[in-house]
Amino acid sequence: MKLTLKIWRQDGPTAEGAIHTYQLDDVSPDMSFLEMLDVLNEQLNAEGEEPIAFDSDCREGICGMCGLMINGDAHGPEVTTTCQLHMRSFSDGETITIEPWRSEAFPVLKDLVVDRSAFDRIIQQGGYISVNTGSAPEAHSVPVPRDDALRAFNVATCIGCGACVAACPNGSASLFMGAKITHLGELPQGQPERDSRVVNMVAQHDHEGFGGCTNIGACTAACPKEIPLDVISQLNKDLRTAIKHGH
Amino acid sequence: MKGARASRTTIALKLGMAISGILFLGFVLAHMYGNLKAFAGHDAFNEYAEHLREIGEPMLPHEGLLWILRVGLIGALVVHVYCAVVLWRRAARARGTKYVTKKQTGATRASLMMRWGGVTILLFLVWHLLNFTIGKVNVQGGATNDPYNLLVDSFEVWWLTLIYIVAMLALGAHLHHGIWSAAQTLGWTGTAAKRQRAKTVGFITALIVTVGFSLVPLGVLVGIIK
Repeated sequence: MKLTLKIWRQDGPTAEGAIHTYQLDDVSPDMSFLEMLDVLNEQLNAEGEEPIAFDSDCREGICGMCGLMINGDAHGPEVTTTCQLHMRSFSDGETITIEPWRSEAFPVLKDLVVDRSAFDRIIQQGGYISVNTGSAPEAHSVPVPRDDALRAFNVATCIGCGACVAACPNGSASLFMGAKITHLGELPQGQPERDSRVVNMVAQHDHEGFGGCTNIGACTAACPKEIPLDVISQLNKDLRTAIKHGH
Repeated sequence: MKGARASRTTIALKLGMAISGILFLGFVLAHMYGNLKAFAGHDAFNEYAEHLREIGEPMLPHEGLLWILRVGLIGALVVHVYCAVVLWRRAARARGTKYVTKKQTGATRASLMMRWGGVTILLFLVWHLLNFTIGKVNVQGGATNDPYNLLVDSFEVWWLTLIYIVAMLALGAHLHHGIWSAAQTLGWTGTAAKRQRAKTVGFITALIVTVGFSLVPLGVLVGIIK
């Protein structure tokens, strides 16, 4: 495959960035998207040009480290992570535009790499449960209904990649927060901190500069883990309940 | 977070929009019902308009209930517009640098039109009140003290009808996304089935409102109402 790549290049957090155009011949349709970028970087190295910086880690779709805006879709045209996207999803001679996630809360560090520690700070505000350390409690002492366990598990698959924020026209992280709120709120262990969790997480979300949700649904369409939109309903319901409880 | 208040969050603003929006929906449906009285003829329409002013008498003064509703609606409008402006500005800041290429995968057209569609409806509201309530302008130069005749005189003018129909399409699109969005904001759509139901209710209600309001001016235009 021959490809024309239009890639965002930016030297540092405060530097001006711009789209640069590269030609890449001999791309195998069996390559993953990141392998294609690896090949491009080898070519750039050989030419003495600075290679393109992009994030990746596990390259098997479970860590949430990689994430690129590819032709206007977060993680590209398939429902998967960028690392699990393959070049067979593109056609020979295609022009592919590659940009970093765009959010005021995710500043660009270099080229396609953004700083997603805003998500870590949201998690620090309530994406956990408090338990006493010591010997593990008897598992059967806290029964969890099957449907609740399934829902909690399904939304716990969120890998925090940030595609929801990148795809959202409002730059909102509501799907991410909704996944965490629903995950912990469905389980008995998540109940003691339920009200303070939602209030603190949403307050941190707003403080980081993410936008408000308008229920457009671009987030769930972009989510590689297919987190459904009803977690945002759960998030809203939990916040409304917290207001009722005087938080 | 120290001192975090649930009522100070973006979700609280969304709740404000949802609740004020539901009040508007109730008003719009009642208004549409009143408009359709035009098909019952001159006297039925004018009697209905007059009766609106007499509801609750003698417990309430003349136009008493109407003023209670007006104050409520103005309050809802202030809340709705205030929350919308704050959230709009927030969203603009949250995506300070735009994408070179961006697809709107997963988004309906109605959901992307909410803000400018809302501005369109607000402008129409001002125009509409000047036309029929505050200003009472009869563009054909006839009398303005007879609601039915004012309605017929107005919608015999093609460009007035056009403005009105465009506004009703904007209102329909706004409700199509707004109704289900309000349900989601209020936390009523916790499952895929409930979400689908809210979307269906939103679409059908939007269709009823747009068609219901458009019937009267179209009725005037084709001569059923005269």
